[in-house]
Amino acid sequence: MEDLLGAISLQTLVNGLVTGSIYALIALGLTLIFGIMRVVNFAHGQMYMLGAFAVYYLYAEAKFNYVLALVLAIVLVGIVGYLFEVLLFRRVMRVATREENTMLLAMGTAILLENGALLAFGEKQRGVPPLIDGVLRIGEAYLPYSRLLVTVLALLLVAVLILFVRYTRTGRAMRALAQDREAACLQGVNVDRLSALGFAIGAALAGAAGGLLVTVFAINSGAGTAVSVKAFTMIMLGGAGVIAGAILGGLTLGFAEAIGYEAFPGSITYLIIFIGLILFLIVRPQGILGKPER
Amino acid sequence: MSANLRSWFRPLLAMGAAALLVGAGSASAEDNVLKIGVLGVMSGPAASWGLVNKYCAETTAQWMNEKGGVQIGGKKYKIEIVAIDDKNDPKLAVSGAERLTQQDGIKYIIGPNVDTTATSIRPVVEKAGAMHFPYAFQRSLYTPPASNAVLGMIASYQAGPIIYKYLKEKKGVKSIAFVARNESDPLNQRTEGVQAAQALGLTISTSKDTYEPGTTDFFPVMTKVVKTKPDLIVLSGVAPADAPLLIKAGRELGFTGIFSTETAQDSKILAQVAGDKADGFISVGGASTPAIRSAYMEEFVQRYTKHVGEWNDEAGTKVYALEIILATLQRNPKAMGNIAEFKKTMPAFDMPNPFVKDPIKLKYTGTKYFQQPRQIGVPMVVNEFRGGTFQTLFVGAVEDK
Repeated sequence: MEDLLGAISLQTLVNGLVTGSIYALIALGLTLIFGIMRVVNFAHGQMYMLGAFAVYYLYAEAKFNYVLALVLAIVLVGIVGYLFEVLLFRRVMRVATREENTMLLAMGTAILLENGALLAFGEKQRGVPPLIDGVLRIGEAYLPYSRLLVTVLALLLVAVLILFVRYTRTGRAMRALAQDREAACLQGVNVDRLSALGFAIGAALAGAAGGLLVTVFAINSGAGTAVSVKAFTMIMLGGAGVIAGAILGGLTLGFAEAIGYEAFPGSITYLIIFIGLILFLIVRPQGILGKPER
Repeated sequence: MSANLRSWFRPLLAMGAAALLVGAGSASAEDNVLKIGVLGVMSGPAASWGLVNKYCAETTAQWMNEKGGVQIGGKKYKIEIVAIDDKNDPKLAVSGAERLTQQDGIKYIIGPNVDTTATSIRPVVEKAGAMHFPYAFQRSLYTPPASNAVLGMIASYQAGPIIYKYLKEKKGVKSIAFVARNESDPLNQRTEGVQAAQALGLTISTSKDTYEPGTTDFFPVMTKVVKTKPDLIVLSGVAPADAPLLIKAGRELGFTGIFSTETAQDSKILAQVAGDKADGFISVGGASTPAIRSAYMEEFVQRYTKHVGEWNDEAGTKVYALEIILATLQRNPKAMGNIAEFKKTMPAFDMPNPFVKDPIKLKYTGTKYFQQPRQIGVPMVVNEFRGGTFQTLFVGAVEDK
């Protein structure tokens, strides 16, 4: 216990906050798709990867302005998500009798995107120059300006999404669909249109995360799987399908990682995190903010 | 047959017979195909390790086939590369090795890339009477009773002591920290590195810190390492994708010392991701860096770049495998279908190293480490990254005896 408390230095807290904010952005898209469609998008990490590569080619290679490159990347990945829903998931969900069919389809799209990326982009790591150079000193802690900027932008995007789902007609319809699909249909909600839009927005958020983080972490075509695993962990922790849960899950994992690496040998940090997750889910399987299954 | 008919019939018959003979000869040259296997990780974060093996083999094969093939024992053979992605998974490595040896009848396999996959295929390869050329450092692969594997590069426990000694003497390094990916290969390399550092009298600041495969945010793990204020941080078994991110995180956390590793890296990735933060980074270089390259190697670089789209420094080391396999088979053609003959040829085998300017010999080495010559004698090139490229710090060789 003393080791744990001793490990909570200012640097650890800064690391936790930065990592947690970034994780929250990654988790949001996944929870949105799950909430609306009850589909676990295994290709979420691959969509993150696609967004990162789009920014790399537009910003680092074609020399577009970064903001323009990011917006284009978000739109592109959103379109990919839209097409996946309309051409693949919608059809399977109409005829499938088991949930496993959509899971298999989702895994298939993940493999498709990963191998497609390997063919198109090659195997090498790609990076872009940081948006801002230099490091901010906060007491004994170091915070690179590039990470600070990415954190601020990530939090901004989270805020935009929250405002969208809370105060726009379309956003409220999505929430209704997530809460009770049948009732939403009876109220005249266009399920097909909203499902496609929800998938597109979820994918676009993954692409946004990738496009922001490529400036800090670089990208390679195999990066998607690890991102997906962390995203699932966060939404399970926070509550699948709940936006606030994804944010809380992301922050929790970010801080757990930062403190864990500081307090324990690196080889057991994630072991402890996953044991903690398992024990937590035994006690509260719906996650921190999730609702129990009826 | 009338006399007139006979006068043109015989030459026609002769011409027809000659055409048949030439045709038969051409058909048999076309049929002579030597298959070489490549088995390694070709997807995921470590994809470059296996893919570079594959691209090097394909480039060499294409080049030789353009010249009509390789002459072995009086026959010309076209080289066909059969490549399988093991995804760094021992189960897939085993099924890949079974397919290469049993289905394709291949006797010589380049790869795999890491300890777990290389050791997993050892029983398959031994049962099939094949040889493999891994890029894994585990000694048991190359030490008796094992004899079917040949290490394709310089091992970390060969390069590490030399690098640490150089840094101790030339750069005043007194303390050293290790950080490794939480997998068998890098952890073994860390253990060997710690032993080498202790033997040199260096203080170990920390050697317990690891990160999970797939990590991209290295701030948490590097926070702890940098806190111990070492003179040198060794990135044990680091993949080319991770090295620049680790270095960047360390520098942003205020570390001003030296970074080093004993694995090959890629200068373009370092420049793109870490930029000038990677200046001073020490690594084991491609064994045919610009400073030592021959004209033959320059042509290979151009062909590789045309084939793949861009050069990769790792290819400077991995170009050696197929070249030495073919040269050994040319020396003893009976080894084509019999690896016992290949093993018999290895101890005395040497050839002019085609990839370097200086007239040095290329041979099988490693007896000092493995009690038998089970390593390709690639030059040991130690690089320092500076100004966006690798600069050769020094070139050496593995001690043979």
